[in-house]
Amino acid sequence: MIEGVEQTKLDVLTAPPPMRNSRANSVRRMLSDHLVTGLAILSTVLVIAPLVAILLYLIYKGASSLNLAFFTKIPAPVGEEGGGMANSIVGSGIILSLASAMGVPVGIAAGVYLAEYGRGRILGNLVRFTADVLNGVPSIVMGIAIYSLIVVRQGHFSALAGGVALAIMMIPTVTRTTEEMLLTVPHAVREAALGLGVPKWRTVISVSLRTASPGIITGCMLAFARVAGETAPLLFTAFGNQFWSANLNQPIGALPLQIFVYAISPYDEWHRLAWAGALVLIVLIMVSVTLVRVVAGRGILKGNQ
Amino acid sequence: MTDSARIQVPQIVVNEPLPPSAPAPESAREESLVRQYLQKRSSGRLADGAFSLTMLLSALSIFLIVALIVYTLGSGSKMSIHEFGWKFFIHSDWDPVNGSFGALPFIFGTVASSLLALCIAVPLAIGVAIFITEMCPGPLRAPISFLTELLAAIPSVVYGLWAVFVLVPLMRDHLGPVLLKVFGWTGFFEGDNFGIGMLTASIILAIMILPVISSITRDVMRAVPINQREGMLALGATRWEMIRIGVLRNARIGIVGAVILGLGRALGETMAVTMVIGNRPQIAKSLFAPGYTLASVIANEFSEATDDMYLSALVEIGLALFLVTIVVNGIARLLVWAVTRGTPARHA
Repeated sequence: MIEGVEQTKLDVLTAPPPMRNSRANSVRRMLSDHLVTGLAILSTVLVIAPLVAILLYLIYKGASSLNLAFFTKIPAPVGEEGGGMANSIVGSGIILSLASAMGVPVGIAAGVYLAEYGRGRILGNLVRFTADVLNGVPSIVMGIAIYSLIVVRQGHFSALAGGVALAIMMIPTVTRTTEEMLLTVPHAVREAALGLGVPKWRTVISVSLRTASPGIITGCMLAFARVAGETAPLLFTAFGNQFWSANLNQPIGALPLQIFVYAISPYDEWHRLAWAGALVLIVLIMVSVTLVRVVAGRGILKGNQ
Repeated sequence: MTDSARIQVPQIVVNEPLPPSAPAPESAREESLVRQYLQKRSSGRLADGAFSLTMLLSALSIFLIVALIVYTLGSGSKMSIHEFGWKFFIHSDWDPVNGSFGALPFIFGTVASSLLALCIAVPLAIGVAIFITEMCPGPLRAPISFLTELLAAIPSVVYGLWAVFVLVPLMRDHLGPVLLKVFGWTGFFEGDNFGIGMLTASIILAIMILPVISSITRDVMRAVPINQREGMLALGATRWEMIRIGVLRNARIGIVGAVILGLGRALGETMAVTMVIGNRPQIAKSLFAPGYTLASVIANEFSEATDDMYLSALVEIGLALFLVTIVVNGIARLLVWAVTRGTPARHA
């Protein structure tokens, strides 16, 4: 950085060119400045364009195919009109509840360990690094691992296996956000609680976690939103189901799986349903994320207001 | 959000144990009452120990998860590793019917589509990051960064759906012929253009990894001290010179980390790629030609793999994918940490 600065300074100071040259130089510099500004704006537009295109097309295609039957009926056999994804929506709900019930407590606890107990310890750094690495593991690999661990042992696909796969994907995200949020809680607050004779565990729960709760809830919702759209880990765990099933030991339908199956099918009717499903999925994800952000931001969930 | 949380904290602590108007001398008595109350609620050493042990076990469970994944993938692919050894990765014949398995076409597909996606995504992502951190007028900054983050919230299968019904026809009817006309001489755009293939997969991959790269690049650029910018501007630099010399040069290690992180995402991306890459195990020079990736071969064939060797070969592909992404992500994290943790990227 220092060489860089000095180099420019030298350029400016040690090259006393004739007047015309220097003007040409400054014109060139101005031009390249404008060029880069233009390129940066162009790339921003290029990045936002597909997003807008995807969302608009999704709303256009999805809204025209949405109807009451979509939310109340199970998939119709090939060739029949109508049908919906009610069982997949319920199935997604079941799998995601299972995943949250397993992933969120473990993730938060691991985050608490990192922030409150593991500061500066080798073990803490190792856990943090492992969580980051686990975050980058492809979801399909998670699917195979859970297939071998649970599905093969049970002998059949199950909602439980799908839930475990998604829970494992939630843990690293929840852990890291919990840790980051706990670190924003000032030390003086903890010290004040400890100084009053409050035991450490109580300090962590009633002071640190409570203060950081809006951020932690947001982090959990982001993890939730991330796994809500996951398809790959469910392919060989939850497997999908064309009929009603709420049994945790049976294959179960899931919205992303059903969208995938319909999208690669050759039938127009199914494509229509896939668009409707995608719209419902996106809306569910966006609503859950924004809702919790708004609620958490207003402090309603903080419990002390 | 966190700011308001920070301010409210003292109120929680002060309000609960002490009555606000208690005179100072009595507070010692009150405190002992508080202590008695807390001790009555069995908050002794036992509870403390149990709590910290629970937290420790949860943290250790992350190790356990990684260990279990490695173990299951390792034991599942043992058969294939014994049978084929290293040849598995240099052999290009994938024929499940005759029991011949070589993963080279998939490795090629994964590497080629990811690199191509990086070529498309990196300049755009850096452009967006520069725009948001250095050029954007204040009121626009939040909406634009929100929109780019929104790209990350769209599920992979929805990208795939959009790609199948919008991008593929676009590529087949409009973009493809133009590319053929302009760049046909390079030989990368030969053969029939069905719309599905390596190029379409790379474009959708690029859209998917863009938010990752641009948001981390933004963080890294924001970590560059403001003095650097002021110094450059004070020396008479234009804005671009300030960004290039003052910001990008300081942040470059972090930016490389962001790019590698994007690569890690691209390598493991499954659903959208599976839907548009064409799923044919071949190594072709043409970008219009269909290909196959490590992740999509697992997605397509895992549930129909009947004999043990076939299954084992697929698990070995999973193991390879796992190890590669772990290495790639590990390197990327270290690079990003090196910058955002306050360590100077370049020291004179």
